[in-house]
Amino acid sequence: MFADWPLLSLVIWTPILGGLIVLTMGDRMPEASRRVGLAFAVLTFLVSIPLFTLFDRGTHEMQFVEMIPWISTFNIHYHLGVDGISMPLILLTTFTTVLVVIAAWEVIQYRVSQYLAAFLVMEGLMIGVFSALDAVLFYVFFEAMLIPMFLVIGIWGGPNRIYATLKFFLYTFLGSVFLLIGLIYLYTQSGSFAILDFHHLPLGMTAQTLIFLGMLLAFGVKIPMFPVHTWLPDAHVEAPTGGSVILAAIMLKIGGYGFLRFSLPIAPDAAMALDWLMVTLSLIAVVYIGLVALMQQDMKKLIAYSSIAHMGFVTLGFFIVFMIYNNTGSWQGAALGISGGMVQMISHGLISAAMFLCVGVLYDRMHSRRIADYGGVANTMPWFAAFFVLFAMANTGLPGTSGFVGEFMVILAAFRADFWIALLAATTLILAAAYTLWLVKRVVYGEVANDNVAGLTDVNRREFWVLGVLAFAVLLLGVWPAPLLDVLAATVDNLVRHIAVSKL
Amino acid sequence: MDTIYLLIVLAPLFGAIAAGLFGQQLGRTGAHTVTVAGVAVSFLLSLVVFWHHVFGGGGVYNETVYTWLVSDGIRFEVGFLIDNLTALMMLVVTFVSLMVHIYTIGYMHEDPGYQRFFALISLFTFSMLVLVMANNFMQLFFGWEAVGLVSYLLIGFWFKRPTAIHANLKAFIVNRVGDFAFVLGIAAIVFYTGSLDYATVFGQAEGMSQAGISVLPGTEWSLLTVACILLFIGAMAKSAQVPLHVWLPDSMEGPTPISALIHAATMVTAGIFMVARMSPLYEFSVTALGFVLIIGAVTAFFMGLVGLVQNDIKRVVAYSTLSQLGYMTVALGASAYAAGIFHLMTHAFFKALLFLAAGSVIMAMHHEQDIRRMGGLRKYMPITYATALIGSLALIGFPGLAGFFSKDGIIEAVSLSEIPGAGIAYVLILLGVFVTALYTFRMFFLVFHGEERFRHAAPGTDHDHGHDHDGHGHGLQGDPKESPWVVTVPLILLAIPSVLAGYFVGPLLFGDFFAGVIHVDETRDVLARLGESYTGVMGYITHGLAMPPFWLAMAGLATAWYVYTKRPDIADNARRRAPWAYDLLNRSYGFDQFNDVVFARGTQRLGQWLWRFGDTLLIDTTLVNGSARVVGWASRQVRQVQTGYVYHYAFAMIIGLLVLIMAFAF
Repeated sequence: MFADWPLLSLVIWTPILGGLIVLTMGDRMPEASRRVGLAFAVLTFLVSIPLFTLFDRGTHEMQFVEMIPWISTFNIHYHLGVDGISMPLILLTTFTTVLVVIAAWEVIQYRVSQYLAAFLVMEGLMIGVFSALDAVLFYVFFEAMLIPMFLVIGIWGGPNRIYATLKFFLYTFLGSVFLLIGLIYLYTQSGSFAILDFHHLPLGMTAQTLIFLGMLLAFGVKIPMFPVHTWLPDAHVEAPTGGSVILAAIMLKIGGYGFLRFSLPIAPDAAMALDWLMVTLSLIAVVYIGLVALMQQDMKKLIAYSSIAHMGFVTLGFFIVFMIYNNTGSWQGAALGISGGMVQMISHGLISAAMFLCVGVLYDRMHSRRIADYGGVANTMPWFAAFFVLFAMANTGLPGTSGFVGEFMVILAAFRADFWIALLAATTLILAAAYTLWLVKRVVYGEVANDNVAGLTDVNRREFWVLGVLAFAVLLLGVWPAPLLDVLAATVDNLVRHIAVSKL
Repeated sequence: MDTIYLLIVLAPLFGAIAAGLFGQQLGRTGAHTVTVAGVAVSFLLSLVVFWHHVFGGGGVYNETVYTWLVSDGIRFEVGFLIDNLTALMMLVVTFVSLMVHIYTIGYMHEDPGYQRFFALISLFTFSMLVLVMANNFMQLFFGWEAVGLVSYLLIGFWFKRPTAIHANLKAFIVNRVGDFAFVLGIAAIVFYTGSLDYATVFGQAEGMSQAGISVLPGTEWSLLTVACILLFIGAMAKSAQVPLHVWLPDSMEGPTPISALIHAATMVTAGIFMVARMSPLYEFSVTALGFVLIIGAVTAFFMGLVGLVQNDIKRVVAYSTLSQLGYMTVALGASAYAAGIFHLMTHAFFKALLFLAAGSVIMAMHHEQDIRRMGGLRKYMPITYATALIGSLALIGFPGLAGFFSKDGIIEAVSLSEIPGAGIAYVLILLGVFVTALYTFRMFFLVFHGEERFRHAAPGTDHDHGHDHDGHGHGLQGDPKESPWVVTVPLILLAIPSVLAGYFVGPLLFGDFFAGVIHVDETRDVLARLGESYTGVMGYITHGLAMPPFWLAMAGLATAWYVYTKRPDIADNARRRAPWAYDLLNRSYGFDQFNDVVFARGTQRLGQWLWRFGDTLLIDTTLVNGSARVVGWASRQVRQVQTGYVYHYAFAMIIGLLVLIMAFAF
């Protein structure tokens, strides 16, 4: 029955409309705002489910396509559609937003309706980013999405929020300016803003290289890659829990999505020529950032650095493909790397969301993120401890949790390229275990460290269900990732076929 | 049969989930009933499976349960491979697990984490079964890490103790070092074969041995050798081989039942099982076999020596486990896989027995673990005494008991082996026999014979860390008591196979029990050569009586008896005469200090430096805030231009106009 509905428009505009409604409700009736906000978040999630169930797994073509002329003078369209790469990310967005709204329930008391409105509007804009097939439409969503996040950190954030928001905004804005230049250049070459037309546009090496580097700045900042990653720990530390969750779970993924939607198919030859750079930066993210994460004194900073290291696996999976080809002379293994990177993105969305929510649970009670202020939490919060250990294990890539799937696939793919690359990538098994479980040891285990810990109460029912749903998702994806891979397969295979053909 | 296999795996998982998530509702009795029932179902069905495969001519079962994922033409599946090796392992795992479950009812009786403990040991049983029943590398790795996870959770079971949570972190990270290599080994295999399935991979082993990989520039190694060594490094962590053994002694921080189940009988033998399972691969790489052999021999001898100076009853048994795992590893290296598995099985019984007996003693001593404060327990704990005696004799290889058959098999096999390093390995494991007997009976005599030293051990004196476990004071009031039946019955049930398991030596070592499962190259088949002179169990025993291992074991036993019951001053003298040797052993050759200084603190210092210098100073302060400052400075400079005076602007315009005119004019 949903097949001929404009589903993508619905998932984009339902939360935005909901956000505006909640906003107009003002601060006089916070409880009602929460209920309305939750209703719209749930409704959006429900509307997004047919995208999964009705998705045709046999084709790489865009599905649920909508196209209306927008600005005819420049050949700009309101053009939406999803394939195997974008659809899972949209579901991740709608799923996570529901959890964020629930997680804010009693926690956010200051300007509730504006807080919820920001998240609902942001949800719609992020889904717009994932479903836009017109470059201008994409860019509008891509930039607009920054505004609610800027507000979320700037209004509900911690003491140093102004520095963090400025850093966040300038970094991401700087990157996207170069993206815009690239997109305009592509328009001048193709006479269209359709992203799929860009894919088939023949381009010389210089043009490809410049476009690739411009996009690298935009998406490399977003994901983020070394050395443009330092905005993320600051932003996370200052952001409220919900902001951190969306930032880690969804916004970082937009960088990864950009590489797959723009960089690789538009500039495959440049990507091949610069693969050494991408792989090196990815490995630095895994090893260097892993070591830096080990020494963090602030729980959120630690998880933020852990996110960067995990995103290193994503970019490694995406750009290892050319090295596989150079080493073996075949593209066998390329789809494994790219799919592995995609799985890693979805999995990290769930795990990082869960980790930040866990820190939020502690922060709400103790108003501290310093590891040294904790110790022996398991004594007073046994259920919380169980969840925290589970998500920590998922963060270390334990088989049976979603964290394992992508890492395993990327390591298998990396070995096809080079022994040493696989070896450096695999150090994450040790490093992630070290920084995550050392955190667990210092926070969760041990004797009750102080009176504040002694006074802690275990998770309430709301927190239990939020963490429980995430735990279920993390385990389900770890035990049975096949449905996700089925969705990815046709699109990723097509992408590999596409980049295998030189544009020169 | 499919349903049976699924039931065997899922019954303990069900028990674990029930006791773990609904422990509060089930209560203590409910929790142990549901988990014991789950494992009992697994054990009984494993018996059926064993019967079906071994005697019923069941053949090999190799089927997929479900497809985990498919990507790039590689199928990642979950499935079962049931052959004689698997059937044997299933039986050993579920039997020991069942015994430990029952024993736990008594041992953990007073613990507030009762339900959690049962949930975890059932979860462990599930994980271990998944590991041994796997028919592919992905599932093997799942089981491999899952048992590591449960081990982590159980070592840190008493999570308030600083030593316990240090030990479990250490155990997990050391195991991760192994898994790091293990996953690369799997990647090497998938690289060549494009498959994770055992059967497919084994079929391509020969081709893989001829394929090369250039790990270091200018060198070309066999891909198979690289893969086998990487996989074995994984086994070195899991099965605690030097130098990745450091976590096992510390793992004794966990409750005694899991020391028996996980850190003696089953999980630590996963590495042995894995190499035996991969025999079709290892047989194509003499280099890898030689590596395995040497590591095993070094572990067997040198870890046994450390056992001589331990005073904590559990740590003595732990070092003994390390040493015995070394023996199994040596067997693998000598291509006597069947002997390794045979020793794995007998060791599982008698070592679980010894650990549980040690636990029984610890209970009677009110959680005192120092053997110097025990003694004379024989008359108070007759069942524990008798079963511990059986376990100790089996461990030192006393003729007729299980350990004799399996250990003799290994030593004889190594003596025939022609793999490089086999000569040294033979000497080491032969000397190891004397050491084994010495540390085993040192402990035995100190605990059960001699003076009742526990009576006058004053509280608070000579206090080693970690002994005062549950806050019970030292110095017993009244006599020690024998443990309740839930403790003694498992001891008796484990004592039976500790005696009898050895009598399967014929079919297991020299028969066709492992035919088609374990592959041995004909030129290296030492067990087949041994089998030529095998005439039956009695002949094997009488032959053993004439061989050096038997006499070495007796010498060790006699020495222990003389030194620790008659002349205690000899040991003190020896310690005074060679303080450096005692110190070296007591510090376990300094591995811990080395790792602590170089790896633990070194990594932390490196991380600190990278953070402070790289992220904070270089990127943030210099580049990010620096560029902000540059922009700020530049705009301050440029601001000077905007003076607000009309004549300044007019002057600038005139200059500009002149420049433009000049440009156009020329």
